[in-house]
Amino acid sequence: MKRVVITGAGTINALGHSVADTMEAMREGRCGIGPLEFQDVDRLAIRIGGQVRGFEAEGRYNRQQMSLYDRFTQFTLAAAKEAITQSGLTFSGELSAKSGVVLGTAGGGVSTWDANYRSVYEEGKNRVHPFVVPKLMNNAAASHVSMEYNLKGPSFTVSTACASSNHAMAQAFQMVRTGMAPAMVTGGSESMLCFGGVKAWEGLRVMSRDACRPFSANRNGMVQGEGAGIFVFEEMEHARRRGADILCEVAGFAMSSDASDIVMPSKNGAARAMIGALADARVNRDEVGYINAHGTGTTANDKTECAAVADVFGPHADKLMISSTKSMHGHLIGGTGAVELLACIMALRDGVIAPTIGYEEPDPECALDVVPNEAREVSVDVVLSNAFAFGGMNAVLALRKVA
Amino acid sequence: MSVKDKVIAIIAEQAVLEPSDVTLDSTLESLGIDSLGLVESIFAIEEEFDISVPFNANDPSESDFDISTVASIVSGIEKLMVEQKGSV
Repeated sequence: MKRVVITGAGTINALGHSVADTMEAMREGRCGIGPLEFQDVDRLAIRIGGQVRGFEAEGRYNRQQMSLYDRFTQFTLAAAKEAITQSGLTFSGELSAKSGVVLGTAGGGVSTWDANYRSVYEEGKNRVHPFVVPKLMNNAAASHVSMEYNLKGPSFTVSTACASSNHAMAQAFQMVRTGMAPAMVTGGSESMLCFGGVKAWEGLRVMSRDACRPFSANRNGMVQGEGAGIFVFEEMEHARRRGADILCEVAGFAMSSDASDIVMPSKNGAARAMIGALADARVNRDEVGYINAHGTGTTANDKTECAAVADVFGPHADKLMISSTKSMHGHLIGGTGAVELLACIMALRDGVIAPTIGYEEPDPECALDVVPNEAREVSVDVVLSNAFAFGGMNAVLALRKVA
Repeated sequence: MSVKDKVIAIIAEQAVLEPSDVTLDSTLESLGIDSLGLVESIFAIEEEFDISVPFNANDPSESDFDISTVASIVSGIEKLMVEQKGSV
């Protein structure tokens, strides 16, 4: 078994258009959630979200590219550029033949579906642009990354709702660990912040109208975000030989399925995924210093997740820190685990624990150290990143500091 | 059909029961309606009466709309109809 490290990271989300800007916002506990701006927003009951602002796709991509790139692909390519540039890798020869790209997304080209349905249903048009299908398909972003960077190895897209990115990164990790690929580009993206996307979520009655306040007793639901997080996973010796800057090690992962309910979370399913990730990484539970929580800000998730953490960690649960950065960037659905991995990297590399902002009232059912409102400087060696999806599909990654 | 009869029909359908099995003092829980069934019932009520029901699944007990019994749902709907449409 090979060891796997991260040698490149890139992002775009409501907190910033780069890793540096995003980490700075997380350190400062800044909120990227605000009033939504898009067509027909006045017909929505939910009008806030973590929208990416100041992203001018038109200047970044040419006309031909724009006709093929849905917003989720645009975000992916912007983040991939940052990550692959940082890694210093150029994919040619055998490295190109064996390295691939595995990404997560829940909805794929939602805004392309939305705009074209509007055009044929509302405006009564009988013709759509010829590239609607290749633009909206869930694997479009992964395909464009493979084309842009000459990645000819195993490449596909994973879709498990809110756990998509973690499941995708787990696949990439496994491929590098087994020696199937020397490096993999991985992560995920999402862009559902359009009328149809938010209207669908509104129907479920779990969205907050004012703020995302994970673990706080007065929390009243989730807030959606958008963006991408992309990483380069690389075999450790491959990275060391070329003197790459190593951000951290991906030490293990586990997946589980609740097999119980299509929307309600399960303490047991979450706990089994965390236990599995610790076992896979061969770390003891008392080595875990920080957990990046799924922490959606819904009543059900937060209390179930805290109960699962208490079960898994026993007395150590009161010593570790657990925070939800969704309070700042919103819930990126299929892209969320990828953006949240940045908080894990920041914890391991910089010793800065991102806070749970918007925290107002302690909830006895979430009685853990949730790092309320202000970042904290603490050195940690092992961290977990939780993702628990609708449909009961859970994926937890374990990451470790590299000396 | 009266508001009461319409509500009973919606809830009976959700609970897979005959309307005669649903009474004004029935609770959704006693009829076997879970959280998903509740959200679907609220949706059906909004569609049937053309009203908007203030309801957040994160905390049903703190929503303005009282869902404790069929009777409370009926009176809640009548109140919303007056507020939003001017009459029942």
